[in-house]
Order: sequence, then structure tokens, then C-alpha cells
Amino acid sequence: MFNTALTLSDLGFMARGAAITLSITAIAVLFGTILGVIFGTLRTQISALAAAPLTFVLDVLRSVPLLIQLILANAFQSILGFGWQPFAVSCVVLSLYTSSYCAEIVRGGIEAVPMVTRRAARSLGLSWWQDLAHVVFPMALRVALPGWIGLTLGVMKDSALVLWLGIIELLRSSQILVTRLQEPLFILIVTGAIYFLISFPIARLGGRLEKRWREND
Amino acid sequence: MNNYTFHWYQAFRAVPQMLGGAVVTLEVALLSMILGIGFAVLIAVGRGSQRAAIRGLATTWVEVARNTPALFQIYMAHFGLGAFGLHLSPFTALLAGITFNNAGYLAETFRGALRAIPPTQARAARSLGMGPVRAFTLIILPQMFRISFLPMTNQMVWAILMTSLGIVVGMNTDLAGVTQALNVKTFRTFEFFALAAIIYYLAAKTVTFGARLLAARLFRY
Repeated sequence: MFNTALTLSDLGFMARGAAITLSITAIAVLFGTILGVIFGTLRTQISALAAAPLTFVLDVLRSVPLLIQLILANAFQSILGFGWQPFAVSCVVLSLYTSSYCAEIVRGGIEAVPMVTRRAARSLGLSWWQDLAHVVFPMALRVALPGWIGLTLGVMKDSALVLWLGIIELLRSSQILVTRLQEPLFILIVTGAIYFLISFPIARLGGRLEKRWREND
Repeated sequence: MNNYTFHWYQAFRAVPQMLGGAVVTLEVALLSMILGIGFAVLIAVGRGSQRAAIRGLATTWVEVARNTPALFQIYMAHFGLGAFGLHLSPFTALLAGITFNNAGYLAETFRGALRAIPPTQARAARSLGMGPVRAFTLIILPQMFRISFLPMTNQMVWAILMTSLGIVVGMNTDLAGVTQALNVKTFRTFEFFALAAIIYYLAAKTVTFGARLLAARLFRY
């Protein structure tokens, strides 16, 4: 018979960890998307030379491991004497990290809108801003949404790394339980199942949206 | 700046040591890619298998690899496998975790690439007298690698970035591990990790650039 020392209150502890994971993800995706839309739009609308500094910074954010970014940002904020909580540092780093990927997705979406469509919109008398808001963004959204859902799931999984700064999120909470109960395999399987339960339905939804929107094209 | 003096000299003196770590990082990444590609081909083929058991196994691998954090997969290899009496060293655990992750992502890439190859290619190969294995390895596989070359490059960069997770399971020979060991000794966190970040960036750029050169050489008509 299978026996485990894992109690309901331990599961509650893990659920609190999962709540932290979800809240960091939500904050990072929210601010990351806002910044990403701005950065991605800027990169397509201004000249490559003017956008070069932005392009470089976003490239660095995508080419340096997230764990290193977290450690660096945490060290940097304490050098500057900000005295931020690890939670705030994590949210800032993850938001910027998300924005760097989101900018690429947004750029891809905007570039997928044919130039003739935009020229037609402009020659019908729409201003640059109206063209962007009423023609380009709605069309780009369809191209960008599946990628954005994938990004959201990626950020949810990458948010596990904030445990290095001492935040007790889902994976860290499972580690604490493993240390106490000495049942690594079972507890890790439960943890994996929770991650899976969070991300699988969203992944499926993304896949279905992608399929449905392709049919309408 | 609250009375903080940067000590860059200490960090610069450690550069050879960190570059040694970078070599280990590249080793792990490359090994995990080679193994990952091997498993990914098997999984991609297995997902189209007639037998439900093989199909189920392949699908489970892909879904677990894609829907759980890479750090979780490394934990699983390091702590979870202990339940079966398998006590992996940090190096092996890191390699196993990243390989598992790579294989899951690459399998999906390969599946898409396999679908993009016209079925007439396989039929033509078979009607020229090739056996199913020969037709697959000589005709289908090269085309599959060609179609999925860019995603494979991205995955390689991902593998390099993922190796940094080794410090969490006590890896101390790769770039992140060496940096962390130096950090624990000197408490110059910012200086050391800033250098590490630069090395990671250069490594990632070198791989991307090298892959582009390689693609231009391999895939010309």
C-alpha cells in the first residue's frame, strides 16, 4: 500500500507557492506585454539605426541566462541602496525579460501586415496613429497571439528561477517539503502535476485559437 | 552609490578560470544537443507509430518537457531519480535535465519539419529500391534537418542558457558554477556575474553567427 507523509496542509503550502508563481507571472506578463508592444512597435516604426540601442538591449536580455539576470539585478539594487524586496526585483527582471521576447512577437505580427494594406489605409485619409490602431494592430494580433500564449507559458515556467532570490514559489515550496519529508520523487511528481495543470489547458487553448483563426483567413 | 567601490580587478583576474567554466558550459550544451537530437528523432517518429504504447510514451515525453520548468526537470534528475537508487552527479543531472528538455522541444520541431516534406519523397525513395530505414536516414532525415536548422540553432542557444541552472543542484565547474564559487569566496557578486553575463552573451552570439555560416556552407544549391 502506498504511504506518504504529505498532508493536506502541506498541499496548502504548495498551493500558496503556486499562488506566488502565478502572481509573479501575471505581473511580469502584464508589464512585459505593455513594454513589449511599445518596444516592438518602435522597432518597426523608426529607422533601424535609431532603434539600434533598443535592439541591442533587447538582444542582451534574450542572450543572458535569466538566473544571471536575477542575480545581477539583485546585486545592483543593493549597490544602489534601493533596498527592494526580492519579489519586486523578480517582477522587474521578469517584466523586462518578457518584454524582450514580446517585442519580437509584436514586431513579427506588425511585419506580417502587408505594406499595401497600410498604404491603402493612409491614402483613405487615416492618420499614422489611426492606421496603427485600427488596421495594423487588429491584423497583427491574429499573427501574434499564439506566440504570446507560448511566451506567457514560458514566463510561468521561467518564474521558477526566482527561488534563487529566496522567494518561496511553487518549486521552492516543494524543495522545503522534500527536505522535511524525504520523499523527493512523490513530491516532485505532485509539483510537476501542478505546473502541468496550470500550463496544459492554456497551451491547448492557444492551439485551438491558432487553428480556428487560420480557418477564417 | 552608497559607499560601494567596484573591484573589477579581482574579477578580471578570474577571467581565465571563468573561460574554463565557459568551455564546460559549451560541452554540456553541445552534448545535450547531440543526445537531444537523437531522442527527438525517435520521439518524432514514435508519435506517428502504429502502437499506442509508443505513441503514448512519445506524447508524454513531449508534453512533460514542454509544460514543466527546465529547473523542475533538472531537480527531477538530481533528486527524483534517487528514489530508484540512481544518484546522479550534478553534471549528469544537469545534462539529463537539459537533454530531456531539448528532446521535447526538438521533437515538436522535427514533427513539423517531417510534415513539411512531401510524401512523394519517401515513395520515390522506396520505389528506387531503398528499405524503409535507408529511405528515412538517407532521404527524409537530411531534408528534416535542413528545414529545422534555424529552430535547432535557437535550441542550442537555449541549451547554453539553461546550463546556468546547474548551480541550483550544486554544479561548480560550468560558467555559472565557477562564478558562484568565486562569488561565495569574495562577495563581489555584481562584478563576477556581470563578467559571466558578458561571456554568456558572447557565447550565444558566437553560436548564432557560427550556425549562420554553417548554414550558408551546408545548404547551398
